[in-house]
Amino acid sequence: MRVLLAEDLFLLRDGLVRMLEAYDFEVVAAVETGPELTRAFAELEIDVAVCDVRLPPSHTDEGLQCALAARRARPGLPVLVLSQHVEQLYARELLADGNGGIGYLLKDRVFDAEQFIDAVRRVAAGGTAMDPQVIQQLLSRRQADRPVGGLTPRELEVLELMAQGRSNAAIAGQLFVTERAIAKHTSNIFAKLDLPVSDDDNRRVLAVLAYLDQGR
Amino acid sequence: MGIDSAATTKVRGSLIAAAQGLALALLALTASIVLFVLTVVSLALIPIGVGVLTTPYLIDLVRAHATTRRKLAYAWSGVEIPVPYRRFPADLRTGFVGHVERLNLMLKDPATWRDLLWLLTDMTAGAVTAILAPGLLVEGLFGTVLFAGLWTVLGDWWYAFIPVQGWGTAFLASLLGLVWITLGLLFNPYLVRAHFAVAAASLSPTRKARLDARIDQLTESRHDAVDASAAELRRIERDLHDGAQARLVAMGMDLGTIEALVEKNPAKAKELLAQARQNSADALTELRDLVRGIHPPVLAERGLGDAVQALALRLPVPTEVAVALPGRLEAPVESAAYFAVSEVLTNAVKHADAERIWVDIEHRAGMLRIAVTDNGRGGADVSAGSGLRGVERRLGTFDGVLAVSSPAGGPTMVTMEIPCASS
Repeated sequence: MRVLLAEDLFLLRDGLVRMLEAYDFEVVAAVETGPELTRAFAELEIDVAVCDVRLPPSHTDEGLQCALAARRARPGLPVLVLSQHVEQLYARELLADGNGGIGYLLKDRVFDAEQFIDAVRRVAAGGTAMDPQVIQQLLSRRQADRPVGGLTPRELEVLELMAQGRSNAAIAGQLFVTERAIAKHTSNIFAKLDLPVSDDDNRRVLAVLAYLDQGR
Repeated sequence: MGIDSAATTKVRGSLIAAAQGLALALLALTASIVLFVLTVVSLALIPIGVGVLTTPYLIDLVRAHATTRRKLAYAWSGVEIPVPYRRFPADLRTGFVGHVERLNLMLKDPATWRDLLWLLTDMTAGAVTAILAPGLLVEGLFGTVLFAGLWTVLGDWWYAFIPVQGWGTAFLASLLGLVWITLGLLFNPYLVRAHFAVAAASLSPTRKARLDARIDQLTESRHDAVDASAAELRRIERDLHDGAQARLVAMGMDLGTIEALVEKNPAKAKELLAQARQNSADALTELRDLVRGIHPPVLAERGLGDAVQALALRLPVPTEVAVALPGRLEAPVESAAYFAVSEVLTNAVKHADAERIWVDIEHRAGMLRIAVTDNGRGGADVSAGSGLRGVERRLGTFDGVLAVSSPAGGPTMVTMEIPCASS
């Protein structure tokens, strides 16, 4: 699998390259600035990109902007965005096109190589990987507010894990129930959030989006 | 229609100005004269002691009288006359000693003497300009009434420079009267304005007084800024010392132990590895929170608008944010404004029991304006030791101001204004 990596700190870039290569990814380019990333997006044929939000030269949100621009040019281009902090504001912008193949994680998540690699693979396959912190921020607001679209607490739990990008099998494993039960929950969630019938991956993204939007 | 209504407005304006002129003339010829005489007498009596008792009260009255005029100047003619009095120190003593101290400070304040000068000009030039406004109309009316037949009753009568003795001269008098009335209709508002210009000449602070006040304000706000930044540095130092630093020490220690254990007791080493990883994750979380408190990442990456949006998304109360900014603002202003909004929002969430909050941010004519409104229970007060006082101080460093409108029962509206350029 061909990966494009954008990270300005040498230590982290080097570490990520080594980790990705250890899991049999082919790192086609590891760039360190926004303009380089834009050029790489335009010129290279990749399966997934992993990029930092903040990049030189301006040290603002150049990485995020590059990723959004690349996805506008090629809808659904898988991008996993890494950052020292997660914001719902950015999560919403990344998910807004409803195309899937998007991830947004804290840099800390690279500590757990297995989980991190799993997230990269999920994003490359067109799924989502939202950092649990984004979801937690929403949940802490939820308590003061009304529940999302009349979802039951159990459905909310499923939605939360779905938002992180987990598959039905993984959710079933975590909640100690059968995969069939989870499938039933997810179709209830789709119905309650009024999501159109389409392929499952896409609907899962839309569900997360609806979830984020109701957090407003 | 358009001309008609324009003319009506003009006539109404001139009649209002006439009434205002009459009121001002009355004030000038009563209050100003009485206060001037009493104050001068009281000052003269200071050497025998009686004046020491009375003078501060009289000067208070003079100041109140002058401030009424300042307010009228703005309300009636849009003439701004700033208040020039020096502030009394907060630690002024009470009782007789405080009374004498106050007198001493008042007599040293040049504004006191300029007030007295104003009383003099007010009862002369001020009164004349003010009385002209109603005078022109009344005198003009009198001229036409003379022509209507009043001259037959009065007999020989000098109307201005016209000796009225018959219908012919009475007719001339009415013509002159019409000239007065026309002048009055055209110029009355300017006469009232002229009165206030006379007042402003003595009531405005002198350049030196303005500079003195500015220096006082700068000294105070610099003091606040230095205090605040020192406290902030202390807090950061403590947070780092007790948090991330301590965790890194623990991590290093664990790694040392792991090195020793890795061959003898691999299971224990693995356990310690997990602990070290947890420590590093916790250290990162603490650093992240600390960074958010120093300079929020979204503020650095996106500027004030999006930073406040991101902040609003974290609040437990639904908050609408409307932003109209042309670009990025100066970095120090952005940061000050962000933390001010953050503090005000925290207040609203904690104390107001609000169901909804609105934040409006706009930049117009070199001024950043932020309004935070909530539909909570109201009763917020800057002086009541709330966080708002701190916000006010922080904004003061940038010549920014804060205003709170919070009637009991709500809604609360906090408005902040900071002068700044945008890029």
